[in-house]
Amino acid sequence: MKIQSSLPLPLRIAGPVLVALLLAFVLLPVVVVTIASFNEKAIISFPPQSWSLKWFARVFSYPDFRDGFHASLIITAWSSSLALVIGTGLAIAVKWLDFKGKNTLLAILHSPLVVPHFTLGLGLLILVSQTSMQRGYGTVILCHVMLVLPFVLRSVYVSMENLDSRLEQAAASLGASPVKVLFTVTIPLLAPGLFGGWLFAAIMSFSEFTASLFVTTQATQTLPVAMYNYVREYADPTLAALSVIYIAVTASVLAFANYFLGLGRILNIEDSH
Amino acid sequence: MRSDLRAWLVSPAVIVAACIAVSLIAVLQFSFRAFIPGSLDVGGFTFANFTGMGKSIYVDAFSNTLLLSVETTVFSLLVAYPLAYALVRVQSRALKSFILVVSITPLFLGEIVRTYSWIAVLGSNGFINGALRALGVIDSPLALMFTHLGVLVALVHVTIPVVVLMLATAISHINRDFEKAAQSLGAGPIKVFLTVTLPLSMPGILASITTSFAWTFSAFATPQMIGGGRVPTVSTLVYQLGFSSMNFPLAASLSVMGLVLTAASLFVLGFFTKRLKAIGGH
Repeated sequence: MKIQSSLPLPLRIAGPVLVALLLAFVLLPVVVVTIASFNEKAIISFPPQSWSLKWFARVFSYPDFRDGFHASLIITAWSSSLALVIGTGLAIAVKWLDFKGKNTLLAILHSPLVVPHFTLGLGLLILVSQTSMQRGYGTVILCHVMLVLPFVLRSVYVSMENLDSRLEQAAASLGASPVKVLFTVTIPLLAPGLFGGWLFAAIMSFSEFTASLFVTTQATQTLPVAMYNYVREYADPTLAALSVIYIAVTASVLAFANYFLGLGRILNIEDSH
Repeated sequence: MRSDLRAWLVSPAVIVAACIAVSLIAVLQFSFRAFIPGSLDVGGFTFANFTGMGKSIYVDAFSNTLLLSVETTVFSLLVAYPLAYALVRVQSRALKSFILVVSITPLFLGEIVRTYSWIAVLGSNGFINGALRALGVIDSPLALMFTHLGVLVALVHVTIPVVVLMLATAISHINRDFEKAAQSLGAGPIKVFLTVTLPLSMPGILASITTSFAWTFSAFATPQMIGGGRVPTVSTLVYQLGFSSMNFPLAASLSVMGLVLTAASLFVLGFFTKRLKAIGGH
């Protein structure tokens, strides 16, 4: 790179050192929690004197984590899939069609990016308590759809911008109906971006905590809520072990997505010049 | 045909938007209702929830939250900019992927895993105190948990990934020819960065300021778990009022005040950033 090679030597060293230090800061808690999870003692302590895998075993035998994982899977699967369908439909409508109240609709749908999750959670909780609605899975799924929809919309927009609209025009000029164009040209071309958006929404929903704390009950308690309740009762490293599993699974999913889909392209951060 | 298609595409989104709107209206409506102790039902219309907000616990929570939001915004920009710059400009694909996965993964871990990990770092038997004790620097543990500093460090860590993403998007869209032109006209690398790259990445910086401010304002798990009640924020107070005292009207009015304050802050930010935009625009 020309620009870099013209840098004076101290800067050429300082830059990478700074970046390495910042990456170390980002990684620090991950490394620390990993070490803590193998500590044999029933309390977080450094440096560990003896090692054990027993906290990993406890993760799988503690019933609230099993139930929480089960509830989280149901909620995540429904909310990310619903958000994908709703978000794709809306993004296509926004691009192709003009309709009344478009800007108001988009503003309300994007508001969960700025409105605190505790406010939305409280609002739903008030609604449920006032309308004698059941505080079941439906409420939690609705809540998660609200929260992840802006992210789905963003990734659908990005992949629509990269879509060559001449292909759609070609199909239309050959006599395909709008619905046929949508299902045979637009959606297949958008598929990688749609999958990226769905994955994004699923991970967001799976790890959502604050709003879930307000709208879940013992029966619909998600994994993050179960984890929060665990820390309030116990100080042992079981949660460290669960965190390690969580981090490992999430990092593998992301590495997988990066390898097959190119996260840089989905996130729109490829150097374009 | 066309209007049929439109209805199918748009109505589900309208339903979601209606639910968001109704939830927010419910909060607004409850904020003006009287609290009946020991009951989930609420009394008549009142301003009492708002007039009582001059009490020091509320003022403390609001000023703490604002201070944490401003500090977090500044520090996460300082940490994230070099990371985003390296992410976009580094040549090696392997290094690029490494930086991407390391700086983005925390975004997907959720507040609980990230905050719990910081408890392992900051606790009185945690990593920092353990390391300092082993090195003989300290005898008794430093107080990092339950402090403003502890909450701030964890909040900055929580905010970095999204700021890296936004800055990287902006930096990746900068036309390199401008930098080359400045360079060929004799500007040194630092001058090129300060007069070309940094101003052209201003849209990303502005987006990051807004987002990290709003995110920190709404953060709950981090101040709750690391602050342990000793670093009160709007979110922890709303939760406490809602779940410990079942005082939904007061929790609702605090939420409304929070929304008003967020909107006002974003408005003020918008005013200042217009000037920054003018700098970036030339």
